Amino acid sequence: MNATNLALSLVVGVLFAGGTYLLLQRSLLRVVLGFVLLGHGANLVLLIAGGRAGDPPIADETSAQAAADPLAQAMVLTAIVITFAVTALLLALAHRSVALHGDDEVQDDVEDRLIRRREEQLEDGP
Amino acid sequence: MTAQTVLIAAPVVVPLLSAGIALLLSPTPSAQRALGFGVLVALVADAGWLIQRVDTMGTQVVHAGGYHPPLGITLVADRLSALALLTAVIVCLTVFTYATGQGIADRRIENVPSVFYPTYLVLLAGIALVFLTGDLFTMYVGFEVMLMSSYVLITLGPTAERVRAAMTYMVTSLTASILLLTTIGLVYAVTGTVNLAQLAGAIPDLDSGMRQLLGLLLLLALGIKAGMVPLHWWLPDSYPTAPAPVTAVFAALLTKVGVYAIIRTQSLLFPRDEPWTLLLVLAGLTMIVGVLGALTQDNLNRVLSFALVSHIGFMLFGLAISSVAGLAGATIYLVHHITVQASLFLVAGLLERHHGTVSLARLGGVAAGAPVLTILFLLPALSLGGIPPFAGFVAKLSLLQAAAARATPLVLAVAGVALLVSLLTLAALTRVYLKAFWGEPEHVVPDLEPDDLVEVGTGRRARPMHVAAGTAVCVGLAVAAAAGPLSAFAQRAAEDLSDRTAYRTAVLDLRGDR
Repeated sequence: MNATNLALSLVVGVLFAGGTYLLLQRSLLRVVLGFVLLGHGANLVLLIAGGRAGDPPIADETSAQAAADPLAQAMVLTAIVITFAVTALLLALAHRSVALHGDDEVQDDVEDRLIRRREEQLEDGP
Repeated sequence: MTAQTVLIAAPVVVPLLSAGIALLLSPTPSAQRALGFGVLVALVADAGWLIQRVDTMGTQVVHAGGYHPPLGITLVADRLSALALLTAVIVCLTVFTYATGQGIADRRIENVPSVFYPTYLVLLAGIALVFLTGDLFTMYVGFEVMLMSSYVLITLGPTAERVRAAMTYMVTSLTASILLLTTIGLVYAVTGTVNLAQLAGAIPDLDSGMRQLLGLLLLLALGIKAGMVPLHWWLPDSYPTAPAPVTAVFAALLTKVGVYAIIRTQSLLFPRDEPWTLLLVLAGLTMIVGVLGALTQDNLNRVLSFALVSHIGFMLFGLAISSVAGLAGATIYLVHHITVQASLFLVAGLLERHHGTVSLARLGGVAAGAPVLTILFLLPALSLGGIPPFAGFVAKLSLLQAAAARATPLVLAVAGVALLVSLLTLAALTRVYLKAFWGEPEHVVPDLEPDDLVEVGTGRRARPMHVAAGTAVCVGLAVAAAAGPLSAFAQRAAEDLSDRTAYRTAVLDLRGDR
């Protein structure tokens, strides 16, 4: 196990806190931003997991001791690509939602809406 | 390129490649259909061959590109993954036939080329990757591939309702994915590998606090994907809004992929000798909450979605018992549940197509006009409720036998809950039968704004759809007919899962061979 970089760990904490806060918002655009922050946080966790920084890991040029861990970087790269694609898809969804509803708010729970409607019917009734 | 490499890599590589080709073929949907159908039939044959090979020759391993753990991507086919794969591709094939019949893929929205077939194939590739992967990170990638195509499928024909439902679904799935990714980062930080076989050796050496943290984080991230109570909230809201074949394949496979991942990681990385109290309680809660939801819903698709949540609990129960018999029960249940959910949702799709609604209040007297449909609903419904001689009975019996063999108070209590929940499931489905199928035929009132993909009231018999739904039901019956060999196979699969050294030697010992 390697000594963890304190500054990076704090950044991860801040990213996760901010991301979680934004994820709990009503507007899908804010949720997307929250998701982006969370994704960055998770990617940083992977990067920290790779250990200390080092030389570029190129075969036959860098010695194994001096090189950074290539596996963690490969995984972060994959994760970044996935996060990027999903973010684009979410933005498209938010756009579609604005086109259809005029807003991009996440809806109430289906059951909650049913119960509210039933209550209104009871109040309107005789 | 040995036969082994081709066999194991094909379920992942072939659908991905043909998805690309299918996208190029989008001007001619009939060519897309033929391609998709051919690929799926070939994969059924491939999975059948693989399961036979795994059963006779033991766990099969492929190191992609010749890179060995911890560097490369490892694909592992053992009995559980081969069985899950075979069931998945068979169900995919029947649902594909159904979708072809519905003509869902032919609809072009705003001149977007027909994306249904390519996306469906990518979905299958993702599912196969999760089943066959030998490392945690590739499992994450497999989940992402699968979910990414599911996002596209669930917003196919983006009506207002679907866009809203897709938001809940996507944001929830993404949160789970981020959690899984973070967990993988932590696992890599403390062990230096993400290969499951190496982790199985490394994790028992960690101190117990770290082990518990990692185990719980994995359960949390995968539990959201599996729809485990209290992490199930997204499922009944999002699944029912999608088109019928999409809902069927989601309900049959996506949650079960999550359950498979939970079984794989927990049995391999965090073996337990004693029943797992936390998961037992969660399994019991999942069963009860799900079935209570199913009892109160009016929309048939929502009834089935809640029943789906409820029966996830049975599989988790099998894992939580932490014995070979429990794992065997969970394996049988997995196969049974994939087939039965697919057929029920397909029948619900047929109902909606013929009567313009799946609301129980609006339906009535379907049995008089459509006896075949009624039988197609009744058979899987009885199977889900656990009536002998259907597959559901076999699956539940093996779980209860495993529980009786353990016989700790909590296990027995959850087994009691399982019996009660089986009864309540039957009650929920009987309620559906009484309200929708029984009674006077003229009671059917179509929705005011029926789903735009449904040709309401035409009564046009789309033969492929009926054949597909019938095939799905027959597959469910075949599971019951093959209950003996299936139980024996599940027993061997469960022994594989419990024997962690065999898995490790199979995956890691290839080092010297090349």
